[in-house]
Amino acid sequence: MPIAVGIDLVEVDEVEAALHSHGERYLRRIYTDHERHDCAGDPRRLAARFAAKEATMKALKRSHDPLPWRSIGVRLGAAGEPALELSGAAAALAEDRAVSSLSVSLTHERGVAAAVVIAECGR
Amino acid sequence: MTEDDVKTEIQRVLRDHARLPVDVEQLQDHADLFQAGMTSHASVNVMLALEDAFDIEFPDQMLKASVFQTVASIADAVGQLQAGVV
Repeated sequence: MPIAVGIDLVEVDEVEAALHSHGERYLRRIYTDHERHDCAGDPRRLAARFAAKEATMKALKRSHDPLPWRSIGVRLGAAGEPALELSGAAAALAEDRAVSSLSVSLTHERGVAAAVVIAECGR
Repeated sequence: MTEDDVKTEIQRVLRDHARLPVDVEQLQDHADLFQAGMTSHASVNVMLALEDAFDIEFPDQMLKASVFQTVASIADAVGQLQAGVV
C-alpha cells in the first residue's frame, strides 16, 4: 500500500509571540476546540499541533496553498495518544487522495516542536 | 490611506512579526517572503497583525501562501478587503 509522509518543525517562541500579541483570537483562528482544550494554552503543545497541521498538508501534497488551519486537528485518545481529525477541505482532499488512514507523532524539546504524519493511500 | 502608507504599514508589520533575517526595506515589492525566510507560523502572526493594523479580517479562502508571498500580494489583498470586494 503506498504511503506519503509529511514532517514539520515549529519554533515554540513563534507560538509564544502569537499568544502574547493576539491571544484568544490566535487560538480561535488556528486551533480546533479539542486542540485548545488539550493544550490549555501551553505553547509547546500548540507548536506541536501547528507542526502536525503543516505535516498533514505535506503528506496530502498540499504545501503551497494551505488548507484552512482548523480543518486539520489533533485529538488525544483515551490513552493520550494523538490522532488526526480532518474536516471540510482537508477531509475532501484526503478523500481525493484515497487516504485510508493517517498516523501522527508529535514531539517538543528545547524550544522546538515537530510532527510527522504518515498517510496510507489506497482503498 | 495612500498606497505608500499601506506599503509602509505592511513593512512595519513584517518587521515586527515576520522574523525575516533580512531588512524588510531592502526587499523588492515582489520578493518572495517565504524564500527570504518567513515561516508558515510567522505568516500567521503577520496575518493577525495585518488584521489589527488595517481593521480587516482575512476569510479562510484568502489564507493562502500566495496571498502572503510578497509585499505586493499583501497590499493587493488588503486593498480588496478594505474595498469589501472579498
